[in-house]
Amino acid sequence: MGLQSVLVQLLNGLAGASTLFLVAAGLSLIFGVTRIVNFAHGSLYMLGIYLSYSLVSRWGGSAAGFWGGITLAALAVGLLGAAIELVVLQRIYHAPVLFQLLATFALVLIFKDAALYVWGPEDLLGPRAPGLGGSVGLLGHRFPSYSLFLIAVGPAVLGLLWLLLKRSRFGTLVRAATEDREMVGALGVNEAWLFTAVFALGASIAGLGGALQLPVEPANLGLDFSAIGDAFVVVVVGGLGSIPGAYLAALLISEIKALCIGIGDVTLLGTTFSLSRLTLVVEFLVMAAVLVARPWGLLGRAQAPARNAAEIEPPLRPADPWLKRLGWSALLVLLIFPILGREYPYVQVLAVDMLVAALFAVSLHFVMGPGAMHSFGHAAYFGLGAYCAALGVKLLALPMGAAMLLAPVAAGLGALVFGWFCVRLSGVYLAMLTLAFAQIVWALAYQWDGLTGGSNGLVGVWPSPFFASKTAYYYLALVVCVVGVLLLRRLLFSPFGYALRAGRDSPLRADAIGIDVKRVQWAAFVVAGMMGGVAGALYVFSKGSISPEGLGVGRSIDGLVMVLLGGIQTLSGPLVGSVVYTWLQDTIARNTEYWRAMLGLIILALVVLFPQGIAGWVRQRIVPEEGT
Amino acid sequence: MAGALLEVDRVSRSFGGVRAVRDVSFTLGAGELLALIGPNGAGKSTLFNMVNGQLRPDAGSIRLAGSELVGRKPREIWRLGVGRTFQIAATFSSMTVIENVQMALLSRAPRLYHLWRAAARLHREEAWALLEDVGVQGQADRPCSVLAYGDVKRVELAMALAHGPRLLLMDEPTAGMAPNERRELMALTRRLVGERGLSVLFTEHSMDVVFAYADRLVVLARGELIAQGDPQAIRRDARVQEVYFGSGKTFERARPAAAVGQEGAR
Amino acid sequence: MSEPLLQVDGLDAFYGRAHILFDVSLEVRRGEVVALMGRNGAGKSTTLKAIMGLLPGRSGRVAFRGRDVSRLEPYQVSRAGLGYVPEDRRIFTDLTVEENLEVGRQPPRSGLAAWTVEKLLDLFPNLREARARSAGRMSGGEQQMLTVARTLMGNPRLVLLDEPSEGVAPVVVEQMARMIQELKGQGVSILLSEQNLHFAELVSDRAYVLEKGHIRYSGTLEDLVADEEVRRSYLSV
Ligand SMILES: Nc1ncnc2c1ncn2[C@@H]1O[C@H](COP(=O)(O)OP(=O)(O)OP(=O)(O)O)[C@@H](O)[C@H]1O
Ligand SMILES: Nc1ncnc2c1ncn2[C@@H]1O[C@H](COP(=O)(O)OP(=O)(O)OP(=O)(O)O)[C@@H](O)[C@H]1O
Ligand SMILES: [Mg+2]
Ligand SMILES: [Mg+2]
Repeated sequence: MGLQSVLVQLLNGLAGASTLFLVAAGLSLIFGVTRIVNFAHGSLYMLGIYLSYSLVSRWGGSAAGFWGGITLAALAVGLLGAAIELVVLQRIYHAPVLFQLLATFALVLIFKDAALYVWGPEDLLGPRAPGLGGSVGLLGHRFPSYSLFLIAVGPAVLGLLWLLLKRSRFGTLVRAATEDREMVGALGVNEAWLFTAVFALGASIAGLGGALQLPVEPANLGLDFSAIGDAFVVVVVGGLGSIPGAYLAALLISEIKALCIGIGDVTLLGTTFSLSRLTLVVEFLVMAAVLVARPWGLLGRAQAPARNAAEIEPPLRPADPWLKRLGWSALLVLLIFPILGREYPYVQVLAVDMLVAALFAVSLHFVMGPGAMHSFGHAAYFGLGAYCAALGVKLLALPMGAAMLLAPVAAGLGALVFGWFCVRLSGVYLAMLTLAFAQIVWALAYQWDGLTGGSNGLVGVWPSPFFASKTAYYYLALVVCVVGVLLLRRLLFSPFGYALRAGRDSPLRADAIGIDVKRVQWAAFVVAGMMGGVAGALYVFSKGSISPEGLGVGRSIDGLVMVLLGGIQTLSGPLVGSVVYTWLQDTIARNTEYWRAMLGLIILALVVLFPQGIAGWVRQRIVPEEGT
Repeated sequence: MAGALLEVDRVSRSFGGVRAVRDVSFTLGAGELLALIGPNGAGKSTLFNMVNGQLRPDAGSIRLAGSELVGRKPREIWRLGVGRTFQIAATFSSMTVIENVQMALLSRAPRLYHLWRAAARLHREEAWALLEDVGVQGQADRPCSVLAYGDVKRVELAMALAHGPRLLLMDEPTAGMAPNERRELMALTRRLVGERGLSVLFTEHSMDVVFAYADRLVVLARGELIAQGDPQAIRRDARVQEVYFGSGKTFERARPAAAVGQEGAR
Repeated sequence: MSEPLLQVDGLDAFYGRAHILFDVSLEVRRGEVVALMGRNGAGKSTTLKAIMGLLPGRSGRVAFRGRDVSRLEPYQVSRAGLGYVPEDRRIFTDLTVEENLEVGRQPPRSGLAAWTVEKLLDLFPNLREARARSAGRMSGGEQQMLTVARTLMGNPRLVLLDEPSEGVAPVVVEQMARMIQELKGQGVSILLSEQNLHFAELVSDRAYVLEKGHIRYSGTLEDLVADEEVRRSYLSV
């Protein structure tokens, strides 16, 4: 294609950058100040489009009606943001960071169903912008005037925000509160109000971003996830909390995307390769590349760890007698359970799901808890395990046992490679890089039709005849799960587990007594990856199939929710969390159309009621605290 | 100097435009307690961090018993026999006191990648002995996070001693401690120096500690070394009095308070 | 002048379930510098935090200028005229020195000369050189000075000053002493948590001694210095 069409694609990229930036700017701002990773930010963007759709379609096609509708939608989303902050977040600022994440995730579920309820499942396309509906001639192509307008919006918002943050007292206070909220309060600033204001501002920018998309993109229920994914990437690539960085990253990503679409197929060494198919992962590739080269993003700086009264974890002690008894009785129940369950075969299926979830959650906990590496992409290892076990059966015609052994090897190898990059980072950056790798694995599974079966996945992966019955497979899963969990537990008590916790408690001290913290973390990453792979293998033989959906973001998030729900500071936490969550999901999904909202509400309630997770809460009641 | 354990030779470091340490040289002999003092911002912490490998000097060389430390990682410097304590004591809060020390011993062994045996049972006797040395054996099985700060500092000291270092670096070892705890900690350090033939380099603002326990002092001001010598000589040094000690009334027996009151009100 | 500026009655404080302060009562009168002394972990910092409203777990009455402030949020307590200088500095490391001061700024108060950035830089010359530098790049002692200056920007009537002499050079300790005298000269009162008896003796009028969360002694500094018994049992000097 010609140079001119490439240039037009670049202009398109500029317009896309503005939109990306608007979602990301608010997210970055909110994260900078509140240190809350606002999962619901994509939902705010989505609500921006829906609201503007309703307002604009009510007020007709006049210029005043259109722009008034857009503005009002942005303001309304801002108000909603303020409400979220006041009602939900204010209660959980003192909770561990990940809990806040869980709460905002619950909001995503609630908003999605709310939008479904109000606007229905159909895509809704808004009218064109009055006055900007046409197009202008540019380089021999017609280029929509509205896109030109969008191109200008991004830098304008960037400039205004920059002035606000660097040149006003409000901005100074905001930046101070980012570091030490309590101290800002002790200096006479009403920091609660400050936080609400920032949240409202960030939300309204996202709302504006959404509203401005009205003439371009139909409002639909998938926008929340796609927007939040993009926004995370942009914020991380740009550097957390850096607004100019966010713009730069938005520019970089949308230009590269535009080019991929523009260039289309390329032929290299005789094979034709479609660049446009790369758009699914291009942002994640960019993110991985940027983070490897610049661990704090393009314009970010190493974050001074925010002061938060992180709960100090009590020392690891061998299980109390009561806990041991509990464990043994639980095992006993699990052993005799199929006898009871014979009349309800469904219960056995659910039980296997729970076992798979438990192993997955426990392996994730291993890196998240003692390792303090908050992986948002644990599904990658689950998926690698599942796919490789399935391929072992389908492609290599291996028996189930051998195929199952393949799973931890493959997942471990994946974790070995990805982990090498990930342990170089920490905090949210690490989380995002794990997510990026998981997305890359997902895209591979999705697009490598020849090997993975593409979006259909691999089907007909059944257990060997001996384990074909539900009950037999249940016992297999039980044994694998129990052994896996006990193994990880044993590791925690070993010198390796201690070294891992040492690196988490005080990297400074660990380094000063000769512990190579990164290497220990890397090893832990691999161990957890292997165990995640085993969970994947158990899964694939229980379902008989695996598709890209099985290793999508959803699974990673499920894992996070399970760990957090159970409690990250207890070893039994992920077990409790996985069982409760799997059961909840199953029960609610069978009973209501709006199961997401129900689940969201339940998670919110749990977060507010059990800020240390369920198991943590129980332990706090039962085990006496050592007094000072 | 032949008997020197640590030789700091013409070391400099700047941050952007700020020249935090300029051309500083001194040596530390075996079995010596050397205090690094100086006004705030003099460059003490910077120098300190260069010795233990957290910062790299722009120029100069730092040698431990003849082998170059510049360019090595903190971990490698630790292996060469340098232990350290931090200004704000850093311990592992999710472990018990004795486990903290065991952790250091496991790292020395090195046994960090052993996966099977329970860590809490390894090196327990040796850890116990170290705790006895610093006098916190009574707290061995309490979580480190509930200890009084003075005791945390002692635990830290035990950890720093675990690998039998030749040189101990202590950044403001008595910061945040009460006067008699300060003395106890330094007396303990002194005793360990004697028993184990260690050398100690420490920074400190508490003058009673410095004068009572240091063999020799090195004084920095604005990045430059302005004096070194034994406590008596430094105490008399006019330049040091001006930039650092002031009138001395905040650490020596106070003169009648009224005199200061007038001075203060001016 | 009879009513104390700050009156604390029966203050109890907790960290989680740990009971730290027991029935602490003390008062600070206008223009007074009062030292709160005690060993490590005696509860000095906890007392200051509790007064400031920074501890969720506390009970008892805290009256400032006759008004009960014990139910107020920290920012309201600060706006009422109580300044707080924490022991662990807590400067905003990403902000410049000047921006740090800006965060602390509050409107002037009647009857008190207002602090300005310039006046404070005169008081702490080290900060002048660093005014446009980001605060995280300063040495420990420089940060300590900044913490004090930042609080003074709020023009407090009473400053809760937590161990200002900790970790600073003797010359700077003297500078701090002069600053306290100067504040006192301007009618600002100070509640000073301190372990260094020499320093306390230099600047304060009265002292309370805390031990394990209980007030064990109160009296003038001279009496305290003379009282070998109290010093040995509660101060470990
Ligand atoms: N990362 C940095 N970037 C810029 N300047 C720095 C940095 N670290 C230290 N400095 C500056 O270098 C000088 C020396 O600092 P250093 O921390 O070594 O002082 P110090 O002697 O330890 O003082 P104190 O006793 O107050 O801790 C100071 O002026 C400080 O502001
Ligand atoms: N965040 C906390 N959680 C639990 N206990 C705490 C916490 N902070 C302090 N304590 C405990 O409260 C008690 C009083 O502490 P506080 O900091 O008030 O002492 P202090 O007199 O200021 O001592 P220092 O001279 O060391 O500053 C100590 O026993 C301490 O261990
Ligand atoms: Mg220092
Ligand atoms: Mg204190």
